[in-house]
Amino acid sequence: MNNLKKNRYKDQAFKALGVLFTFFGILILAILIYNILRVGFTRINWDFLTGLPSRKPEQAGIYTAIIGTLDLMLLTIIFAIPIGVGAGIYLEEYSKKSRLSSLLEINISNLAGVPSIIYGLLGLGIFVRYFNFGGSILSGSLTLSLLILPIIIVATREAIKAVPPSLKEASFALGASKWQTIRSVVLPSSFGGITTGIILSLSRAIGETAPLIVVGAMAYVPFVPHSLFDTFSVLPMQIFNWTTRPQQGFAVAASAAIIILLLITFVMNGIAVYFRNKWQKKLQ
Amino acid sequence: MKKLVIMMSLALVIGACGNKKENENRETAALIGSISIDGSGTVFPVSEAVAEEFLKVNSQVKVTVGESGTGGGFKKFGTGVTDISAASRDIKDKESELCKENGIDYVRLTIALDGISVVVNKENTWAKTMTVEELKKLWEPNSTVKKWSDIRKEWPKEEIHLYGPNTSHGTYDFFTEVIMGESGASRTDYNAVSDYNVAVQGIEKDTYALGYFGLSYYEENKEKLGVVGIDSGKGAVLPSIETVASNEYAPLSRSLYIFVNKKSAQRPEVKSFIDFYLNNAPQLSKEVGYVPMPQSGYEEQKATFSKVSVK
Repeated sequence: MNNLKKNRYKDQAFKALGVLFTFFGILILAILIYNILRVGFTRINWDFLTGLPSRKPEQAGIYTAIIGTLDLMLLTIIFAIPIGVGAGIYLEEYSKKSRLSSLLEINISNLAGVPSIIYGLLGLGIFVRYFNFGGSILSGSLTLSLLILPIIIVATREAIKAVPPSLKEASFALGASKWQTIRSVVLPSSFGGITTGIILSLSRAIGETAPLIVVGAMAYVPFVPHSLFDTFSVLPMQIFNWTTRPQQGFAVAASAAIIILLLITFVMNGIAVYFRNKWQKKLQ
Repeated sequence: MKKLVIMMSLALVIGACGNKKENENRETAALIGSISIDGSGTVFPVSEAVAEEFLKVNSQVKVTVGESGTGGGFKKFGTGVTDISAASRDIKDKESELCKENGIDYVRLTIALDGISVVVNKENTWAKTMTVEELKKLWEPNSTVKKWSDIRKEWPKEEIHLYGPNTSHGTYDFFTEVIMGESGASRTDYNAVSDYNVAVQGIEKDTYALGYFGLSYYEENKEKLGVVGIDSGKGAVLPSIETVASNEYAPLSRSLYIFVNKKSAQRPEVKSFIDFYLNNAPQLSKEVGYVPMPQSGYEEQKATFSKVSVK
């Protein structure tokens, strides 16, 4: 009896500790968001969203930076998702267990932990210089694609691994080929996990500044990119630029831009979560 | 996914149309083209201001301004990536060699002046002035100065906390060059910041702190910081718009430059932009926190530029 009580007590204590840890992160986030909202919220208006960058903090806007960020994300999605998911499927379903495949596995996991500035230098060497794409939105998105590829590959593999073997075996038993099984059994049931990985990776990409500076994102771009080879700016770049300026007004503008960046991230995640839930319901 | 593809192809079509239009207009009237500027973050606000005003008159010219730092800017300029490179110090031998290797000929134009302010906490009642020798003793490599009293005996026996720009800044190169006599020679046990506002905040909250950065950061935070007068042998001088313009604030007054690729200067939009730059720099540099040169200085720069640009 006494022992039981003790264990219950321990259980309660661990639960309380868990709650505390959970709220610790959220509390810090809340403080940050509160501070940013307090400083920047009143600065957000239509002119701010549709204005061009300016030397006058009260007139500066983020139109080109928002469009740059959205374009960059769109291109990154187009490049990274097919390659990442494709590689994940291959590694999990097709590749035989060999020295080479385990070498590939280790390297991909390691790549996920490489600092983003390294990808920037890689992008500078390959896309900007060797392929001569220049400091364009194409170079930027290809670099970000490289950056998030390992995350997508690892997430895809984990999601596919979680598919119960009984489902696959049932499919094979019905005479389905490997590709048919992957297409109609494995991918649908791992869709949730794969999207979660993609969301996480895109949320990382959208806040990146360092690799884009190296690749050639500009701080002052008064026009929207029209082609893949145009120069671009992105929100984090604009925020970085404003936080380093001496005038207090730019700090306010930076806070406002951070709110917009957070909003874009939330909306992006929201859309993905929505799709994921919808898909899962359909499966059931 | 289908939608994405359609949007993408639309974007490409629009892009292609834009280019066609540009080519047609080239022969006719308004200026068209693109100008890429990169380099010093210190000069960035001036270039941004000029680009902003230029765009109001020439809406078809795409001017982009980056801030990779003076050194980073020259790396791009030296390989012909950018038309104009902004710098808060003069070009180094290594950098001009890179230009030469790639066949890039350039002209240097001074566009404004700036002072480096040596800044302390508001509570600091002792360090009102410092000599250049004292600054050298404080900042030189392997400096033995640990406490304020190591600089002058009567100053507090408290540890001194230093703030300065990190090595990617032109301000760092300039300060070490004039104080230590060798660019890049500095003690390394200080808080090296990439963002001067971090230094401002650090010094504001620490009674025993000292740091150096561009005058505009002091001017914007005057009520939070104290400034040290610099004595180079002719009595201490405080940094201000006036003392920098008259070069009384020596040796920590510096010029801000733009380097223009001579080949780029043959393009009408670049020539027009530089003319616009030199005409408007006196007012715009002041607006963003720097010190304009006397008018004669700008006339000299215009004369230098007219020799290399297209007529």
